[in-house]
Amino acid sequence: MPKRTDIRSVMVIGSGPIVIGQACEFDYSGTQACRILRSEGFRVILVNSNPATIMTDPEFADATYVEPITPDIVEKIIAKERPDALLPTLGGQTALNTAVALHEAGVLDKYGVELIGADIDAIQAGENRERFKEIVAKVAAERGLNAESARSAICHTMDECLAAAGELGYPVVVRPSFTMGGAGSGFAHDEQELRRIAGAGLDASPTTEVLLEESILGWKEYELEVMRDRHDNVVIVCSIENIDPMGVHTGDSVTVAPALTLTDREYQNMRDVAIAVIREVGVDTGGCNIQFAVDPETGRMIVIEMNPRVSRSSALASKATGFPIAKIAAKLAIGYTLDEIPNDITKETPASFEPSLDYIVVKVPRFAFEKFAGADQTLTTHMKSVGEAMAIGRSFPEALQKALRSLEKKGSSFSWAGEPGDLDELLEACRRPHDGRLRTMQQAIRAGATPEQVHEATSVDPWFVDQLFAIDEVARSITALDRPTLELAKRHGFSDAQIAEILGVPEPEVRSARHELGVRPVYNTVDTCAAEFAARTPYLYSTYDEETEVPVGDRPKVIILGSGPNRIGQGIEFDYACVHASFELARAGYETVMVNCNPETVSTDYDTSDRLYFEPLTLEDVLEVVHAEQQTGPVAGVIVQLGGQTPLGLAQALKDAGVPVVGTSPESIHLAEDRGAFGRVLAEAGLPAPKHGTATTVDQAKAVAEEIGYPVLVRPSYVLGGAGMAIVYDEDTLGAYMAKAASEHPVLIDRFLDDAIEIDVDALFDGEELYLGGVMEHIEEAGIHSGDSACALPPITLGGFDIKRIRSATEAIARGVGVRGLLNVQYAMASNVLYVLEANPRASRTVPFVSKATAVPLAKAAARLMLGATIAELRAEGMLPAGYDGGTLPLDAPVAVKEAVLPFNRFRGVDIVLGPEMRSTGEVMGIDEFFGTAFAKSQAAAYGALPTKGRAFVSVANKDKRAMIFPVKALADLGFEILATEGTAEVLRRNGVRAKIVRKHSDGTGPGGEPTIVRRILDGEVDLIVNTPFGSPGQGGPRLDGYEIRTAAVNRGIACITTVQGLAAAVQGIQHIVRGDIDVCSLQEHARRLRD
Amino acid sequence: MTALLVLEDGRVFEGTPYGAVGETFGEMVFNTGMTGYQETLTDPSYHRQIVAMTAPHIGNTGVNDEDPESGRVWVAGYVVREPSRIPSNWRSRRTLDDYLRDQGVVGIAMPGTRALTRHLRERGAMRAGVFSEGGDIGELVERVRRSPGMEGADLAREVSTAEPYVVPARGRKRFTVAAVDLGIKAMTPERMSERGCEVHVLPATVTAADILALDPDGVFFSNGPGDPATADYAVESLREVLDAGVPFFGICFGNQILGRALGLGTYKLRYGHRGVNQPVQDRRTGKVEISAHNHGFAVRAPLDGPFETPYGAAEVSHVNLNDDCVEGLRLLDRPAFSVQYHPEAAAGPHDAAYLFDEFCELMERRRERGSGAQRVSPPASEAQSFGAPQARRSATEDTDDKKGAKGA
Repeated sequence: MPKRTDIRSVMVIGSGPIVIGQACEFDYSGTQACRILRSEGFRVILVNSNPATIMTDPEFADATYVEPITPDIVEKIIAKERPDALLPTLGGQTALNTAVALHEAGVLDKYGVELIGADIDAIQAGENRERFKEIVAKVAAERGLNAESARSAICHTMDECLAAAGELGYPVVVRPSFTMGGAGSGFAHDEQELRRIAGAGLDASPTTEVLLEESILGWKEYELEVMRDRHDNVVIVCSIENIDPMGVHTGDSVTVAPALTLTDREYQNMRDVAIAVIREVGVDTGGCNIQFAVDPETGRMIVIEMNPRVSRSSALASKATGFPIAKIAAKLAIGYTLDEIPNDITKETPASFEPSLDYIVVKVPRFAFEKFAGADQTLTTHMKSVGEAMAIGRSFPEALQKALRSLEKKGSSFSWAGEPGDLDELLEACRRPHDGRLRTMQQAIRAGATPEQVHEATSVDPWFVDQLFAIDEVARSITALDRPTLELAKRHGFSDAQIAEILGVPEPEVRSARHELGVRPVYNTVDTCAAEFAARTPYLYSTYDEETEVPVGDRPKVIILGSGPNRIGQGIEFDYACVHASFELARAGYETVMVNCNPETVSTDYDTSDRLYFEPLTLEDVLEVVHAEQQTGPVAGVIVQLGGQTPLGLAQALKDAGVPVVGTSPESIHLAEDRGAFGRVLAEAGLPAPKHGTATTVDQAKAVAEEIGYPVLVRPSYVLGGAGMAIVYDEDTLGAYMAKAASEHPVLIDRFLDDAIEIDVDALFDGEELYLGGVMEHIEEAGIHSGDSACALPPITLGGFDIKRIRSATEAIARGVGVRGLLNVQYAMASNVLYVLEANPRASRTVPFVSKATAVPLAKAAARLMLGATIAELRAEGMLPAGYDGGTLPLDAPVAVKEAVLPFNRFRGVDIVLGPEMRSTGEVMGIDEFFGTAFAKSQAAAYGALPTKGRAFVSVANKDKRAMIFPVKALADLGFEILATEGTAEVLRRNGVRAKIVRKHSDGTGPGGEPTIVRRILDGEVDLIVNTPFGSPGQGGPRLDGYEIRTAAVNRGIACITTVQGLAAAVQGIQHIVRGDIDVCSLQEHARRLRD
Repeated sequence: MTALLVLEDGRVFEGTPYGAVGETFGEMVFNTGMTGYQETLTDPSYHRQIVAMTAPHIGNTGVNDEDPESGRVWVAGYVVREPSRIPSNWRSRRTLDDYLRDQGVVGIAMPGTRALTRHLRERGAMRAGVFSEGGDIGELVERVRRSPGMEGADLAREVSTAEPYVVPARGRKRFTVAAVDLGIKAMTPERMSERGCEVHVLPATVTAADILALDPDGVFFSNGPGDPATADYAVESLREVLDAGVPFFGICFGNQILGRALGLGTYKLRYGHRGVNQPVQDRRTGKVEISAHNHGFAVRAPLDGPFETPYGAAEVSHVNLNDDCVEGLRLLDRPAFSVQYHPEAAAGPHDAAYLFDEFCELMERRRERGSGAQRVSPPASEAQSFGAPQARRSATEDTDDKKGAKGA
């Protein structure tokens, strides 16, 4: 059946900000969908509040709405754009839930919008656990298949939960309905745990519904990725096996594709069940995934759940097999059938086939527990990882070891250095699933564990345990640098660094010995068909095999190093920059080569670049890729400044190895990163920086702090996302910090400017001319990491004179450092002095935000500058605007507000206070004509809409009391009941605002049982919180009160405003919402107005 | 110890010995299935072939007692990349390594299985030898070149059962099927048995007279190894079966025999189809089945519509979407059809199991009309859901209705 001709325009909903459980895999799927729909001639209307995504680039849709993904806003967009159809299956649970809400509200009917790629009934059947169980039982009975559901009970109250657990027996699994990433689920081993977990689950579920289930802990866990078309053709794209058995969320498990421990009979039974279930559920067209648990003792198989949409696993399966699930799902949604769609990779065979792999894929999760002191680090059914890395090898050991080193995290690779530790302790540690459990198992093996002991402690399938033993045996056989040893080690995935560690020699020695012996990787193609047909799409991975398949090219090649697994501080924004560079350089005539190991990203889509290497981003792996490329043609340059700190950290070593690094030179990078050197650059330019110093010992640090005065900001050099950064108010705390921070890099100590306005700048520099990309003013107080604070562009309180100063300072820094490409500078304005906080000669996290807010593709421009173009040329081409830049935006330019999204709801028990160390996982943008509405949109997108009625609690610092009166009065006029702490209430009353006094947290519960404000917030009695911090942190008193209030706000998901500017903005926003004049406007419309 | 895999064109791969130690010769082919090595090893169609597995890890689930497709391993040699060190599966009884050794199958574990596959893809299937203990390469290449090739090889007789045997019907017996064993897999009679067929498995060289003497409701010709051009005995007996108007179903080699019986030619594919992921389209419904394949030869037939044969009009019922290879034949005026691939699966997906239902329907209809009726065409299934029994039943009813109208 060919393409449908009865629909002309399609709305696609994205997944919003990156959060744990819903990350950039949906940018990948959404981008593919948009590209397909446009190439098929449909008008595409996109909604996504996340500006860091590639899908929200104006060129991927006809109308791109960076607006909150809420049913009312989406309805406005539907009313304005009148799409014929809505495709909701590529934007994760967010898009699916929004589509269901729109359907239920009658919006889709009202505007005649057809849901494509999904069927409301199927969504509900797939997500409603009771109905799903009935379906499983039905198909198993009708088809004689081995499949059942876990015994379970649906509960809507705590009493029901307790009764059900009595029947099922502890431990029980708790799963809330309709949440994503397993939010709110967990194992309850006793009644106390059940009360806690089920209580939270009932809260988290939009339908106040949880499912309690018999425990299948320790069973083998599998997933199948399935595609179905409207002609009922079904294919299984990929099987995925979890190495971590049942009990650990798939997103947190180490997984392998294809499944490795199933016989054909078992696999075909699983396949039959999957197909029968999706037919019965009625998944219309597109992709879905279905999860299974298998009892290792009897083969009893339980169908856990299915997702009637493209998922994180679909992205993994796409990258693992070369079968582009999202792209094909989009084609199926518009009417094609699988047999009508060619397989991109072979070009000759159709998409109606099942990929065959002649390699092994391993995915490992990346966690960020170090950012959340106090978080429970045990892995459960509640997803906690923030990113993942994938690796491909010709054997499981090779793929596994490549994947572990792709995590780029100290201690994630297997190690044979030092003593392994005590066997019993190691085995005990293995019992608890945790970040790095495979490594703990490996150490236990070193310490003499038997395979049976390791299996018993972990329930990991004996086959995988044996593979760890095989790796250990190879490690023990490494005694010399000869060919058989190196070949054996390399085929088991050992890095030069690991071999060096085992032999006690420097890594370069291993590398040169290996190169002399000619032991180098070859590059195999991911071809979907195990080499049965010739592959046309160069998607490559390294292995120590016999033949290399790198094609010979004639155009000059540019190699772009990606950013590796997502982590806090280095996420999708950097992928955005890499992808842009690749698109633009391809357009400019280069052959583009991408190196990355993150399966969630657009950069690892095989048709983003001319060639994709799915490889770890270590020096060894990158050098081998460069070598392989140099064998087949000239390499014009390697780009390191777009992928964040990962590639930047390789710059000098690459250059030393003779690799042509383009853009800002490694020496210049050093100039900006090294405190002393950068201080000299600033001094020469006459730019002030907060007083600072560098220290490597406790005593040095104390002396430096004494001299420059407390409070001080301390941090290790060479970090991203403010890792290990802290504001220190006294000597004792400083001593403790230094004791913990000891490392090879010195610690930087800066005077902390308490009441400054922070400013972020992204700029381009070509050696001569500066293009000021954007000036962002933070809305939050100083001292909060720029990645975690909201900011506005254009800056809302800075005048032309300030911008001029910022421009000349930025230019002086760019020139002094020797930037070629992108530069990010952070300033603080205090007492009318512009201090330089730091400069990063690379793409920053804000590049996509600035690009979208100002309608200028900064990353593309940067890539061209790196390869020799000038700003003047790019202005002439029209890539950069001719008459203005981000510092001279016209007064009627729209205002864009970026707001950070924090994962505190995932890490209960963690101190949620924001600080200089970044902890947000994602961001949203609100864009509108005025600051107030833009701010309101950003809040709606990040945390749900601002309240328009109810109770507002106000407690502000003395310095803010004057400024607060007017906006709080406005809130009262809007009908809010005002609660305030005593001091604030007095001021308000004197100014004619009837404020009710409420007890502070530090006052404790009143004699008559009067609750404190924190209690009232937790009880859901407050709708809006205004709390500007005061007092000194870490000292108890009012400051601590503020923290408690904010913690409660996060727990309840209540809007919490922490600055007077924010309050003023929020009030404006609320007024606009109340008046009902929040309008929607596409980026294309904004750009047209800006450029006209 | 370095083992060698030597191809007739002189390409040599190094590895380590696997399974039995010794040397072996055969036609070098590759299989792309990621599961089902046990079924593959015991599939008689692999007789005299050295099979390379493209999936790297083989032997992970060991060897069990339930999954073999015949009483022995048939492959002449086995090439894998990463043999499993231990088996891990609740049904496993022994390691694959031990099993191969017990069965005397010489194998090799080598890194270059992908390079080998690419080589065969470009140059075609060819003769090869595995030598556990290596040797002089020039000499080994010569010995490989002197070994017999697959073209012109009459192998069905070598793998067929010596004596007839009966696989009883599961549940109520509905039909008697005479199944000619040209290399039959255990799952094939099993699939018929579970549909109520009593299956009489007969030796390859059985005569039509002996077949018809059983008064079967249907006749089945199985898969099998070798060149179909050498199996004139089977072609002869099939022709007589067709003349008698007994419903016929063939699989794989059986499809090639039907093709030859209809006067069509067969030819050797460059490197064959061996795996469990091949897309085959049913041309009547447009539906695609993911199917199990194991064939090095194929039938040459017109794809553009029905064509005349001595048994009336016929058509190509199924094609492979990868390469347009003929995957199924059907007589339009007589109850006979066959497919080139493996609806019994084992290993492989069960998408094509409906073909056994269609065979049963042919037998059912013939019975309804009395054994004299010859002009019964197969059900023109227009089912919307090829795996759903209900949809299939209604499609059949449709067909019957039309027939009824025509008859009236």
